[in-house]
Amino acid sequence: MTFSSDSRFHRQLVFINGILPALLIIIDGWRGKLGVNPVEFITRATGVLTLVFLVISLMVTPLRKTFGWSWLLKQRRLIGLYAFFYGVAHLLTYLAYDRGWELQTVIGDVYKRPFIAIGMFGFLLMVPLAVTSTNAMIKKLGGKRWNQLHRLTYIIAIAGVVHYYMIVKSDITYPLFFAIVVSLLLGYRVVANLKKPVKTVP
Amino acid sequence: MSGNSHIPSSEITPEATFLNRRFFMKSSIWAGSTLATAGLYNAFTPSSEVKDIGTAIVTIKEPSMETVLAADEKVNTFKEIASYNNFYEFSTDKSSVALAAIGFVTDPWSVQVGGLVQKPRTFDLSDLHKIESVERTYRFRCVEGWSMVIPWVGFPLSRLLSMVEPMSSATHVAFETYYDIKQMPNSDSAGFDLPYVEGLRLDEAMHPLTLMATGLYGKTLPNQNGAPIRLVVPWKYGFKSIKSVVKITLTDKEPPTTWNIANAREYGFYSNVNPAVSHPRWTQANERRIGEGARRETLMFNGYAEQVAHLYKGMDLEKYF
Repeated sequence: MTFSSDSRFHRQLVFINGILPALLIIIDGWRGKLGVNPVEFITRATGVLTLVFLVISLMVTPLRKTFGWSWLLKQRRLIGLYAFFYGVAHLLTYLAYDRGWELQTVIGDVYKRPFIAIGMFGFLLMVPLAVTSTNAMIKKLGGKRWNQLHRLTYIIAIAGVVHYYMIVKSDITYPLFFAIVVSLLLGYRVVANLKKPVKTVP
Repeated sequence: MSGNSHIPSSEITPEATFLNRRFFMKSSIWAGSTLATAGLYNAFTPSSEVKDIGTAIVTIKEPSMETVLAADEKVNTFKEIASYNNFYEFSTDKSSVALAAIGFVTDPWSVQVGGLVQKPRTFDLSDLHKIESVERTYRFRCVEGWSMVIPWVGFPLSRLLSMVEPMSSATHVAFETYYDIKQMPNSDSAGFDLPYVEGLRLDEAMHPLTLMATGLYGKTLPNQNGAPIRLVVPWKYGFKSIKSVVKITLTDKEPPTTWNIANAREYGFYSNVNPAVSHPRWTQANERRIGEGARRETLMFNGYAEQVAHLYKGMDLEKYF
């Protein structure tokens, strides 16, 4: 078995590296090593990790087509689910610490603070993608429709970057970094789509 | 695979070696990838090592000026105060300022006080240290929604100003932070023009609560907290309390202030702590006191209403936020 065909190994790699940041946050929290405002750290870390996994999931297709790493495709589901996992953690931190579990205040907050609205929008779009990530759902929807639905990832990534950009007070270095990466990854698709030859029936 | 019949059996890797090699490769990838992930995580984690290397400052007692803290309020630890604060010239990450400011040279230092004054004067560190120091424990409320209680050491700004004798035409005081791109690694990414500038109305500047702090916890200020001398205006959001001051100028008009220039809609000239006027992007009705779990209610003028509310009598605080 060669490296590129050992999908069990790939899955293990993605699984461990995806869960590792969460474990490290828990361990550091336990040891009191998250600085003097751990809530802020956890909120920011889970938010950034959501974006990181969204970006990685968007990198699968370009990497596959450029370097022929088709083995990556099988791991995309787990990568996407990690984006959802950290998105849920991010939302829970907000509900617990920013809202103090007073869920009735969330609607007012969404209305009052545009960056919350955009973050929430991005999160809600992730839900159907997570729900339809099973093999059974792919079969049920059919590959084409499933693919179309999962293009929502593009909008989710844009919403995530805008959400991040809007909360930053003045130094936009990190949101700008994500904005550039996401633009490149979406730009790749636009170009690839333009270049695609018109399909002819053989 | 076909076509390997030409390979002599002596060149075929024995199965055990092959499996060993595989095991070695896999382990390397395991180790490499997890180390890289952990390394990335580490690079973004707060480095909360702070050293208490200040020298002691002699202070006199003035019991009447002690802030009365509520029964459930306690003074923040040195570590909390010194490892978490904003100083954009060094870093925009509050937990990274301390490390980035380690090499900051604050001695020799001079503060130039001029403008509409009878006796303009440049104060060096020894001049400043001659001014009688007091201890003042104040609440500190950041516009971002977190707060601390800090035992400052310093002297009222009014004492410094009286030494230069402001002219009767002076109405405002402008402040400027030291600026040196070579010493301040984040100068290009602060997101606003430098040097950092701030300002107060003259009556605010002369208020007995307004402090020029030279230390905290009885010792000289750590670099990250604005060494060697900074302003502390306890009833205003933290960004008004400009750090590492090199210039104080008396003027006859409202001076420009950095955050107001950067975003006038969000940061006003006054920036008094006011739970009733929310920031466009977040509430100011409550705050996270560092070291506490639940958020606490924000107090009008940060709890100093009794002392300072008269300064803003008749003003629309929604408009002059």
